[in-house]
Amino acid sequence: MNNNAKAKSKLLLSRTVAYLVLIFLSVLCLFFFYLMILNSSHSNFELQGSFTFKFGKFFADNFNNAWNDASIKIPRGMLNSFLIAIISAVLNVYFSALTAYGIYAYDFKLKKIADAFIIAVMMIPSQVSTVGFIQLAYKYNLTNKLWLLIVPSIAGPATYFYMKQYLKATLPLEIVEAARIDGSNEFVTFNRIVLPVMKPAIAVQMIFSFIASWNNYFTPSLLLTKAEYKTVPIMIAQLRSADYSKFDLGKMYMFIMLAILPVMIVYIILSKSIIKGVTSGSVKG
Amino acid sequence: MDKAAKLSKRKSVSYAKWGYLFILPFFLVYFVFTLYPQLLTFYNSLFENYMDGLTHVGPNFVGLGNFVKLFSPDATGSITIIKYFGNTVVLWILGALPQFIFALILALFFTSTRLKIKGQGFFKAVIYMPNLIMAAAFAMLIFGLFGNTGPINKMLVAANMPTFDFLAEKISVRGLIALMNFLMWFGNTTILLMAGIQGIDECLFESARIDGASSTRVFFDVTLPLLKPILVYVAITSMIGGMQMYDVPQVLTNGYGMPDNTSSTMVMLLNKYLNPSRNYGMSGAISVILFAITGILSLIVLKATNKED
Repeated sequence: MNNNAKAKSKLLLSRTVAYLVLIFLSVLCLFFFYLMILNSSHSNFELQGSFTFKFGKFFADNFNNAWNDASIKIPRGMLNSFLIAIISAVLNVYFSALTAYGIYAYDFKLKKIADAFIIAVMMIPSQVSTVGFIQLAYKYNLTNKLWLLIVPSIAGPATYFYMKQYLKATLPLEIVEAARIDGSNEFVTFNRIVLPVMKPAIAVQMIFSFIASWNNYFTPSLLLTKAEYKTVPIMIAQLRSADYSKFDLGKMYMFIMLAILPVMIVYIILSKSIIKGVTSGSVKG
Repeated sequence: MDKAAKLSKRKSVSYAKWGYLFILPFFLVYFVFTLYPQLLTFYNSLFENYMDGLTHVGPNFVGLGNFVKLFSPDATGSITIIKYFGNTVVLWILGALPQFIFALILALFFTSTRLKIKGQGFFKAVIYMPNLIMAAAFAMLIFGLFGNTGPINKMLVAANMPTFDFLAEKISVRGLIALMNFLMWFGNTTILLMAGIQGIDECLFESARIDGASSTRVFFDVTLPLLKPILVYVAITSMIGGMQMYDVPQVLTNGYGMPDNTSSTMVMLLNKYLNPSRNYGMSGAISVILFAITGILSLIVLKATNKED
């Protein structure tokens, strides 16, 4: 009896500790973003004064000031970022799926080599090719061309790896055989039969690809030098060199929020499937 | 029999062209936009080639001259690339250590059949969230919040504590970068380790418990050894990611890596050579070094994960 009560109180204690740790870390994750939203509702004058946890009334004003700013054209930046991210995501996912299917469903001489090659290059940091990429861009006058940041996403080794794992787990080749007997063209089979089977994988990878592209800073910052082609991360980094004795802080927090918001909206809606997608494909087996 | 084999062989040959066709766009794009630039980068590392204002210097073949230059001490006797490499490693460790400790603890909480944590979906969604935040924007936000006139210092004043110039001291700049990296990655690591723990056969825990092993013993003698392959995988991919650290320190310090370049990373050095002088030679040499380091780390990953099979 006594033993049982002891065990119970011990369990209660460890449970309490567990929840406290979880709550502490959750608060830590949200705290800075809470401050961002809070501060984006205050005027510069208020932000220069003492700090308050109360929300201010300048949210709309800050939004208007940020949205219509003359030097940092955030609507243009968001449009550029969105165009690059959405087209990159579609191309990345479609061609990686096509490649994964090509290697999974057909037998050909270079099949094994092609697969091993993609796996081998998967870990190479993208920065390693940046120098040559920039050099070629300058040589052929391709700086400030958004498509130059889009086309390379056709080849996404990590997406390929994920798609191949998914195909292995979900697509029996009999389905493909059956379509073949029905006289379906191979390309049509891929588009009409294989792609629908891969829908969940495609959705998850499109989200990851979109977000990675939306947040991408290094290479775009070296290529996009003209104001009208700049993407959001470049504009945010530009904020850092502003003179903060004069700069409107309310507007600054609003800029940061606009940079983060689109991804947050997607995340709030789709967090469940995004979290599921983290595990599958990243660890072998 | 022979005929059938021949027939099926012919059949597979006729379908092979589709295989080639389907993988063609991927490989074509990879060769043109990634592999060729990569080889060009390596090639560049052997040449002197940069912009001096508007004049283009080079390309002149210098052999390993760029590497020699990269590893020569400056006026103060310190070697920039060694210093930046050291910074990168220190910054990675400062973030990765708490990241792995907390991720392991949280993964154990979430998978514990004894604790039965409620609201797991919510907690996981919250702790994974920072991973998707634009690193440049996060760094900018932290700059605003921890700056001299930012709310953190105002809270310190309100609590009758001395203010602190977070962006001027080595310890706090490094601490803030580590904090951001920690927040951005511990949720991701938690989820990966959870999957690893869930992959362990439940019977092993059960029989250990029946044998009277305490939960600490179960952790050290059952969970940890079985989790080792995944831990190695996650640790080394984190290290590879750490070597590429750029956005957070670059934006937080406006590219200066203050104080005195103690928070400047390898890729920040790469950026310094590319922007604005487009020094393809020196940046090419840095890329080769970066490639070598991450290549060695990748080989360790491949070896570790292959053992698992």
